Amino acid sequence: MKQLVKGNIALCEGAIAAGCKAYFGYPITPQNEVPAHMSKRMVELGRVFLQAESELAAVNMVLGASAAGYRAMTSSSSPGISLKQEGISYLAGMELPAVIANIQRGGPGLGNIAGSQADYFQAVKGGGHGDYRMIVLAPYSVQEMYDHAYLAFELADKYRNPVMLLTDGVVGQMMEPIEARAGNLDAEKKYFNKDWVLDGCAGRKPRLLRSLLMAEGDLEKHNRELEKKYKSMSSDEVRFESLETDDAEIVVVAYGISARVAKTAVKKARQEGIKAGLIRPVTLWPFPSKTINENARSGRKFLVAEMNLGQMVEDVKLAVSGRCPVEFLGRPGGGLVNEQEIFENIQAMKG
Amino acid sequence: MKDKVIIAGFGGQGVLLAGMVLAQTALEEGLQTTWFPAYGAEMRGGSANSTVVISDEEIGSPVAVAASVIIAMSDQGLGRFLPRAEQNAVVIVNSSLIKNRPEKDGVEFIFVPASDMADTKIGDVRMANLIMIGAYVKKRKELSLESAKKACAKAFPGKPKILEMNMKALELGFNYAK
Repeated sequence: MKQLVKGNIALCEGAIAAGCKAYFGYPITPQNEVPAHMSKRMVELGRVFLQAESELAAVNMVLGASAAGYRAMTSSSSPGISLKQEGISYLAGMELPAVIANIQRGGPGLGNIAGSQADYFQAVKGGGHGDYRMIVLAPYSVQEMYDHAYLAFELADKYRNPVMLLTDGVVGQMMEPIEARAGNLDAEKKYFNKDWVLDGCAGRKPRLLRSLLMAEGDLEKHNRELEKKYKSMSSDEVRFESLETDDAEIVVVAYGISARVAKTAVKKARQEGIKAGLIRPVTLWPFPSKTINENARSGRKFLVAEMNLGQMVEDVKLAVSGRCPVEFLGRPGGGLVNEQEIFENIQAMKG
Repeated sequence: MKDKVIIAGFGGQGVLLAGMVLAQTALEEGLQTTWFPAYGAEMRGGSANSTVVISDEEIGSPVAVAASVIIAMSDQGLGRFLPRAEQNAVVIVNSSLIKNRPEKDGVEFIFVPASDMADTKIGDVRMANLIMIGAYVKKRKELSLESAKKACAKAFPGKPKILEMNMKALELGFNYAK
């Protein structure tokens, strides 16, 4: 039988199933269940739980654990994720796998503790400095909190790159029935080439992991190598879900909690005889630009629903490339878009 | 079937736990469900609420702008959420603590003196929350007392005494409601 589980707890269990060996965190609402649960479970399992002195310390502990060859994770909510950006940039530069979960809350600044999607830009456009990319997964249910946590570790190892789980306070705090699928740790071995791990050099040549490349041309060469990796991520790792888009006149694009609400609105529109459809990006980077572009046929209209003042809508507009009108429905400051609002927008667009 | 249930009261009345037991009851019946808490600076005595959505179809938002059921444990809880009651909503009122008789067109009120019943019949006023859940379960043919009891057993593992009291509370509420 399925179990009733809170989103934040499902995230922990998915990470544990994926073989997360070390968790480093620092409290902040609405992600507190993550360190609280990990403090119990990781100790039971003989793995590492450490409450760091700050978010910056926590992400750098992840960097250290990863360099030593362990699957490691940190989590926080928006203001805390801002503090981790330096570490994320270093992880990307040093090509270290790691999982960072952001249970978004309202901003800017300390904002509030309600669910929000205001960190889209930060997550997908490079919140840290330097030319880097990271895969961003956007779970929209408690089941996906579990599944994506697992997947995030796989992808991090596959590409030797940080991966972010971008979710929000609503998905983190809600409970839903889920199936905890047993992890397949053979997959870990599949991706885990350990020839770069710093695990003691007795009997072999010393290794070096760094992001400082001062010699002339070295950094450019490194950037070009990273570029190859980012290109293969963007061609192989795009994930999305689409619903009733074949004959849709109005295509709604939404992710995470907003996509759940949009799904209900789209179903309602269909019942009322309005040809509406939904595209839900599951990876926010790489973005399903190709699918959106293919859907941008003449006569169609797009509606983007987000819990912010308009962030993903820019990527949708790029993908639509001027061929269809793109409208935006946003709720900033921790407001949750509701089914009726989206439905009414669809109705109005139908004219 | 689709119900959007808001359980509202003050911190310490067990409105979050009542919601969890209700969501688990729905799960025991093979229905879809979500549970969502107010997770702000809730504390004993302050306002608290949880929302449970129960449906036989995939659930979108776990948050209810409008409610089909309101379980009001306190005056403040009723005052805050009654305006959100939908047409034909069921509003279950803890009449031990809510002394006035609220009115609203198109709403069915059920008055359950849950705190008094919990105090006199179980000897613990904290059991009022599951008396209210029992009363709600009675109102919905899709839910059964048996499933509510199974759900209750999962909420109190290794606490047989507390479980027994909560089981009794469910029964009391179930039998009180018509």
